[in-house]
This record gives sequence, structure tokens and C-alpha cells, in this order.
Amino acid sequence: MERPLNDTVKLKNLYEEIALRWLDQVRVSLVPQKGLCRMECEASVLVEICSWFFSELGYNFASLVVEEEPSQWHLRYIFYGDLENRPIHILYQMPKTEVRVPSISHFVHAADWHEREAEDLFGLVFEEHPRLGDFVLHEEWPEGVNPMRADFDSLKPYVHREVNPDWRPARIVQAPGVFMMPIGPIYSDFAEAAHFLLETVGEDVIRIIPRFFYKYRGVEKIAEGRTVDQVLLLAERFSGTSAFAHSLAFCQAVEEISGVEVPPRAKALRLILAELERLRHHAGAIAGICASTALAVATSQASIVEEEFLRISCALTGHRYLFGLNTPGGVLMDFSNEALRKLADAVQGLFKKLEELKEMLRFSSSFLDRLEEVGTVSPEGAVSYGLVGPVARASGITRDLRRVLPYSGYEKMEIITPCEQEGDGYARLRILFSEAEQSANIIRQVASSLASGPILSPSFTVPLGAALGWAEAPRGAAFHWVRTGEDGRVDRYRVTPPSFTNWHGFHLAAEDFAFQDFPIIMATFGLSNAESDR
Amino acid sequence: MSKWVLKGLQTGIKTTSYPDREETAPGISPGLPGGRKEAGNGVHVVISRCPTRALSQAGQRIAVDYRRCIHCFRCLRGVQSAADWNSGYEWAASMAANDDAASKLGKAFGRSLHIRFVDGGACGACLSEIEQINKPFYNIHRLGFFITPTPREADILLVAGPVTDHMRLPIQKAYAAMPTPKRVLAIGTCALSGGIFGPSFASEAGVPELISVDIGVPGCPPPPLAIIHGLLLAVGRKTSASLTFPESTGGRKNS
Repeated sequence: MERPLNDTVKLKNLYEEIALRWLDQVRVSLVPQKGLCRMECEASVLVEICSWFFSELGYNFASLVVEEEPSQWHLRYIFYGDLENRPIHILYQMPKTEVRVPSISHFVHAADWHEREAEDLFGLVFEEHPRLGDFVLHEEWPEGVNPMRADFDSLKPYVHREVNPDWRPARIVQAPGVFMMPIGPIYSDFAEAAHFLLETVGEDVIRIIPRFFYKYRGVEKIAEGRTVDQVLLLAERFSGTSAFAHSLAFCQAVEEISGVEVPPRAKALRLILAELERLRHHAGAIAGICASTALAVATSQASIVEEEFLRISCALTGHRYLFGLNTPGGVLMDFSNEALRKLADAVQGLFKKLEELKEMLRFSSSFLDRLEEVGTVSPEGAVSYGLVGPVARASGITRDLRRVLPYSGYEKMEIITPCEQEGDGYARLRILFSEAEQSANIIRQVASSLASGPILSPSFTVPLGAALGWAEAPRGAAFHWVRTGEDGRVDRYRVTPPSFTNWHGFHLAAEDFAFQDFPIIMATFGLSNAESDR
Repeated sequence: MSKWVLKGLQTGIKTTSYPDREETAPGISPGLPGGRKEAGNGVHVVISRCPTRALSQAGQRIAVDYRRCIHCFRCLRGVQSAADWNSGYEWAASMAANDDAASKLGKAFGRSLHIRFVDGGACGACLSEIEQINKPFYNIHRLGFFITPTPREADILLVAGPVTDHMRLPIQKAYAAMPTPKRVLAIGTCALSGGIFGPSFASEAGVPELISVDIGVPGCPPPPLAIIHGLLLAVGRKTSASLTFPESTGGRKNS
């Protein structure tokens, strides 16, 4: 594909194309300095425009942000693609008295869970959406009470509804001998709280119905009215295993609102820490995959590497999960160049251990038998569900935010995104190993050519504004939408974590499989419910 | 398969010798604020930086409520005359109201303790640290502690997270399904006080709101050795720390 000259030209091309197609029906505004393209449109063309971006231009759906104003609803559909350097915002407004919205998920299936979530939390009705109803909030939540509405008091507990004890989830497969086997929300040794309904005839599982949001902590709601510093704590702690990536995405949104330039050294340190987190996460995910196949020695080997990563993280930064480092404007801790070079060496040593493990696994046929052709996600499925991160890369999608929407100095790095075509469990495992290699290289490169200087921008106040921040978290693309109000307080906080996006597509891999493969499919997806449920 | 056996043998023993000897490897614990015993300037500044009100003034000194500390390091970094910082990891404390001996399981459980973990909305870091106790560096099997998949066989319930609304019923059911004698360990700041999430419409202010908690392990997240200390405390093989600083008397609940 021909690459246009620069971002402004790209945006202008897009602008002209849209003007030609939807003359007078779309108001396009360009902010070339910020590389921003906003489109305001009417209900009649909303679905058409969204599906044009998703299906014809091959953009991925990032997030649906619903904002409630005293007299209006603002819906913001955010897309991102390989061509622009910035996400595209499609805006749709309607009066507050209206609650019916055209549903885009018939054409943009990646928006399916976003619409279900908005229905549950805001009470908006997405017309012709086939599966609206209890989603984030379960049966005992009273109908018509929508916690994300401005008039809902987030500090008060609500009155539970009596649930009929005979209530059973709806079965979809109707065939002789089929029964439903529930798993969770408390199951396995250390599993997170989640519930899966397996429709099965015994050994063979026909399909799976996940029930999530057992861990819904209402992060987006309780963030409202808190100061930026307090919301930073939420961004860091709603998913502790990818704390640095999420706090980075949040900080970048706040920096964008405030127009703050982050010093080069802080950017480089962020990059090192983000890649360190990715390595630790991937070592843990590899241990999880080995454990799911009951390969004890390999599990131990990967676990040793994971704990070593935790220890070097803590020895360097004071915290095993890199909490308390990011802040809007930079980072709070500086490290000597010597310490960072030592870190890079230690990382290289641990990566070698992973490499050895990879080579041993490659020739363990009993292990490969459990992973190959298990939990396959087709490239078409991955595109249609807008999957992200290692899961998408195993199904032929190379999109990586570090490359397509570079931030924090990634624009100066050459990021080679690994890609596999098979889409099965083994492909996902290989992606984890390749990404670990990439991360170790990035840490070495950055640590060897560190800029000197301050690590924090001069102090600033956060003005009124709104911006999107993003980061390629260990599990994939994470988007944080932040709107600030008076006194630097957060008015609206919207998080789209990669686990939310990928759990949506999980059922693609969990169809027609043997029951004993269930933990393996789970492990190769390597998703977090804490991150997804928020 | 012999290559795996060989690999395992080559790796040697990685496991800590705690509790027989103290573990001193770097990076095993983030430490906790130690308050400040001496009177000094800037006490107010340090206290006002704490986002969860874990720090308070006690005379001229800083008192710390570890049930609230979330390791944000704001009392340590970017502030003059920072709070003292304590390394270490033996943080688990008895929360029994009158006598901490009452919260311990009998001697019979000393080397045969079955543990069930329940996720009450934990962020994943607590969960990851709990998983570590079953992995090579910490390996709780050597202590006679075992993870069990069902609460019906469990002596101890580990609960992490602030207890989300949707997990209230599952936690109550799991607790009810356990045979007596049974004990509950609350793992991490969220489980002890709700942390930065609770109380709200979606979460409780920790596990004590729902079921009686015998032992609390503070930290965000508590490192694996702190969790092991909690388990050893439950069977009387270790003594209680305190959930407050300066130490309250004998690990009793400080309300």
C-alpha cells in the first residue's frame, strides 16, 4: 500500500474522501497540529460511517465513550488504523430525552460488548442489538438503575433484588443429551472470579457462554469527582499485573490535556519499565500455559524466570509490580545509567533462560500435542472481533500500538511485531516468546543510549479538557479516555483494557473442543478478569 | 522426557529456607512505611500526601494503619523529610478481638493445612503473589500446606480483593461450605479495608464486612513471604505482627 507523505496529507485525504461520500451529512474538523480528526454525524449515517472505517478501511474499533451532559448525550466512537498516526473520533449527539441509539455492532462486531455495557450502565438502548440485558450488572441488580448516570450516587449501596431461586441461564444449544455444566465463579486452584457455562454432551463441549463482571468495582464511576492524582491510583491498581502500562496510558491522556512535554529521559525510563513489565507478564503467561498441560518442570522453569523478573523489578524500583512510578509529566524515580545497564544485562540473562525453555518445549511432542490445533481463532474472526495483543498476532494481525500509534519514544524505535498465521494455542505461545525477545532488545537499546536530564516536567495544573491516552499493555491495546473538569478533577474516565476486547472473542476459540482442553485454551489466551471487569 | 528430569536437577534448589532462616535476597518485598518515631518538621506534609488516610498524627509522630497502605510511595518519594521505610515481610497479624491464641488452628493442622483461595475482586497482583507461594522459590508443600480446589476440604480461606458486590454470595457460600474449625485470611489492603475501591456501590470495605477475619496480611500486594507468614501464624508456627505503627498491644485488633 502506498504510504502518503505525512500525517496532514493523510488526514486531508481522509477529509476529502468523507466530504465526497457524505456531503453535508458529516461535519469534519481537523486539528493537524494534534493530528486529530473529528467527525460529527447524524443518526442516519452513523452506522454507515462506522462500518466504512471498520470494513473498508480496515480500521480497528478502539472504544465507545458515552458522556452525559445536562441536556445531551455524547457518544464517541473511536477507531484506529495503520494509516493515520492518530485515532479517528466519530461523534454522535442526541437530546437527553432520547435513549435509543442505532446499533453499529451488526457491522462492527468489535463494538458488541461496548454497546451491551453502555446499555447496562447508562440505560441507552441500542436498536436491533440482539443481546441487550444483564451484562455487567447481574440478575439481582434492579432494572432501570444505571450506575454510570450522573444522578446515581456511587457511595451508597443499592438495594438488591430478590432473584427467583429457579432462575437458570438460557441454554442455546437444543439437542438430545446436551446439558449445561457450570464452572466458577470459584474454581481451579488460583483462578480469578469468572463463570463459564459449558454446553456439552459429556466429553465434547459444543459452545461456551462466559458470564463475567464478578469483579466489577465500578472504577469508571468511582473515578468521577476524584482528582487526577487519585484516579492515577485507580488506573494503576485496577489491573495490578499490567499496572505500568495502564498508568502510562492514563498519564499520557492527562499530559495531552495539559499540553505538557515529558522530558526525554522520563520517556526512555517509561519505555524500559513498560517492556520490563511485558517480559514479566509473558514469563508468567508461559508458566501458565506449561501448567495447563501439566508439564511440571517447564512450569517451574518459567515460574523461576517470572519471580526473578519480579525481584529485579523490586530491587530497581522498590515495587515488584512497578506501582508508584508513573505520574503525569514524567516518572518519580531516576536510576543511574549503571543500574539500568545492569538491568539490561540481567534481563538478557533471563531472556536466555526463556530461549532455552522454548527450545526444549519445541521438541516435547506430548506438550505440542496439547497446544497445536487447540483453541483456533481464524484471521477473519480476529478481525471481526477486533482482537488485540498477542492473541491477535497469533491469528495474523500485526497491529501494535507501539508501531501504529507510537508514544513515549517508540516512534524512534524499530518495532518488529511478530506474527503467526495458525491462530492456535501453539501460535500464541510462540508469540509470547518472540515478544519477550523484542522487549529484551528494546530494553538493551534504550539503556545503552539514555538521554540525560530531568525526569519530571515542571509542575502544572490540569485545565478543563479531554483526551485519549493509550499504551500497548502486555495483553494488548489499552485506551484510557479522560475528561477533566473544575479543580483538576476527573469528570469522565473510560477504560478499554485489552482483556475486555479479547474476552469478547474468547468464545471463537472455545467451540467444539474436548473438555480437557478448556484450561489450555484459557491459559493460551492469558487474559485477566480484573483488567476486563474493572 | 529424560531431558526435563535433567533440566530440573541442573537447576538445583531455588527454594527459600524461610521460616527456618530469614530470607535476604534483594527484591522479595516492597517494604512498608514505618511512620516516624521522632518529632520533626513536615509531619503534616507527609500525612497530607497519603491518599488512603493510612497515616495520621499521634502527638509529634506519624502513626500508620497498615490496613490502608497501598504502596503508592507518596510519603517516601518527592517529599522532603520522608517517612521512615521498613523492609521485611513478616506483616501478618491476628485480628481476633480478644485473644490471638483463639484465632490459631490446633497443632494437628501444623503440617497439614488445606487452603482455598477466593477472589473477591482482586486486581491480579495479589493473585499473582498468592500463586507464587506454590512455585519453586517459595513452595509451600515443604511446609505441609496444600492448595485445594474445593472449600469443602479447606481449613483456611484466603480472600483477596475488596469484595465486589457480585462476589458476596459466592464468598458466603464458600465459607459456609468449609468444615470447622475454619479460619479466614484477608490478603492485601483491599481485603482489609477496601483499599482505593471500597466502600462504594460496587464493593465492600473489605472482607471483615462480610465474614469474620482471623488474620490480616497487609500490603499492596503482600509479597509471597508475608502470605506464608500469615499461614504459619494461623497454625501457631509464627507470632503475630501488628497492623498498626506504633505497634498496638499483642497484635490485637486496633479499631
